[in-house]
Amino acid sequence: MRRETIVNIVLAAGFLAVPLVAWFIDEPFIVTLATRVAILALAGVGLNIALGYGGLVSFGHAAFFGLGGYAMGVLASHAQNFEPLATWPFEVSGTKSMLVIWLVALIVSGLAAAVIGALSLRTGGVYFIMITLAFAQMLFFFTISWPAYGGEDGLSIYVRNSFPGLNTLDPIQFFAVCAAVLFAAIFLSGRLVRSHFGLALQSARQNAERVEAVGIRPFDVRLAAFIASGMVTGLAGALFADLNRFVSPAMFSWQTSGEIIVFVILGGVGRLFGPLAGAALFILLEHWLGGLTTYWQFLLGLLLLGVVLFFRGGLIGTLAGREVAHD
Amino acid sequence: MTDVVISVENLSKQFGALKASDKVSLDLRRGEIHALIGPNGAGKSTLIKQIAGGLRPDTGAVRFLGRDVTALDTVARARMGLGRSFQVSSVIPELTVFQNVLLAAQGLHRRTFRFFGAAMDDPLLRRSAERQVERTGLVARQAVRAADLAHGERRRLEIAMALALEPKAFLLDEPMAGMGPDGSKEMTAILDDLRHEAPILLIEHDMDAVFALADRISVLVYGRVIATGTVDEIRANAEVRRAYLGEEDET
Repeated sequence: MRRETIVNIVLAAGFLAVPLVAWFIDEPFIVTLATRVAILALAGVGLNIALGYGGLVSFGHAAFFGLGGYAMGVLASHAQNFEPLATWPFEVSGTKSMLVIWLVALIVSGLAAAVIGALSLRTGGVYFIMITLAFAQMLFFFTISWPAYGGEDGLSIYVRNSFPGLNTLDPIQFFAVCAAVLFAAIFLSGRLVRSHFGLALQSARQNAERVEAVGIRPFDVRLAAFIASGMVTGLAGALFADLNRFVSPAMFSWQTSGEIIVFVILGGVGRLFGPLAGAALFILLEHWLGGLTTYWQFLLGLLLLGVVLFFRGGLIGTLAGREVAHD
Repeated sequence: MTDVVISVENLSKQFGALKASDKVSLDLRRGEIHALIGPNGAGKSTLIKQIAGGLRPDTGAVRFLGRDVTALDTVARARMGLGRSFQVSSVIPELTVFQNVLLAAQGLHRRTFRFFGAAMDDPLLRRSAERQVERTGLVARQAVRAADLAHGERRRLEIAMALALEPKAFLLDEPMAGMGPDGSKEMTAILDDLRHEAPILLIEHDMDAVFALADRISVLVYGRVIATGTVDEIRANAEVRRAYLGEEDET
């Protein structure tokens, strides 16, 4: 077995074991903490498709995270206030069903990614970073100034949305939902990397000119990857909103974009389980260091510097060694 | 005229005051190796780029398989069957040799937008990659990352990728560059065999290889074709000797 596979299994087992133990000894706070890890890791899994495999440094993934969050917020707030979303040409009501909300979050963030990607992927390097950032900032200021859904104050949803057969208000059950979505996304992105598409995407990152010479258009490949990436991060946003039962413009902030990048870098860029490792480490640090000092992010910054300078493969890369080519 | 695969008609490209291509006309016919030689800075690479699609000419036209492709980009021309190798080795460094060739086969068969099944398990692409890896003598190295290849092996990998496109014409930019005498000999044998598959427009500095391989030679100097002819005609051409071969003798 590859060393990375073993690291991944240990990581996944630990990630599942902690909340289970916490549940047995009745520590719901730790279960909720693990749920946050699952959701933030999912956002990272999304970004990793663009950043890790495609080399597309998006500094605007908060746009999709926030759109997923607001998809949930808008649908659920209409449902809890019994106001239809639209009355013309036919009546559309809100919903409290997670499955419907996820579908809407996927579609909305996918469409947004198609538009943002189609414009920003015509550039590269620093310009790509700035354009993606600009789109996220536009949405940030838009939500702040849109009073219908809480404006600056955000939007509270009083009861968590429902999932067939489960009581989502029970922390361990909601954790199970989030972990299942996370592992499904990791599985799918693992398939994606090894697929025809994944081969072309990784090749376009390394040598776009060569990819063109074999008759494959790098732009098309990157756009598709950017859309898939945005959809996964959008789904994470819907779950994050459900975890907090609250959405606010902060989900669109550039700090959110930055944090998602941090998960990916801490865990290991382009590593299948990198986002999970990174998000887990981030939450642990936030929890422990945050207990020591309110300026814990200073220490996080130092750690990030260390990773970038000395441990380029992040946590997974350091434990599993250099990536071997997929066979 | 159905024998003409590529024809370049009155191509001109100017960068500022520099005429990189000056009314260049040449053609590539079925079954031949047409070598393009000329001193450094003669505009060979600029010409290749215009034929491959990376650079638009100011005036003139490129025809490929009878069709005017001047307005098409690199991808469209590659899809029509223009197989290209680069002056500086251009492969996907982190992929294995086999995956590099597989990628080319994937380009040919337009299978890029498949998201679920493993590319490496695709029997059609595998067969194509296996064949080309074998032809270029890379079987023993097929699991090695392209970045870890020796220079000569990387050049052969480029040929394998061009082959996997099953092209209608090859555009090879200095395939012997930086190779030792053994490598050159091996590459000469590979190219000699290749012309039956598709004609080759060959840019090369290695004169032994050019004289051994070429059916016709065109000499490019300051962006202009000063002569086109058989090996013997070019050797005997006084203008060519003065402009190019003479220089080589002095050094």
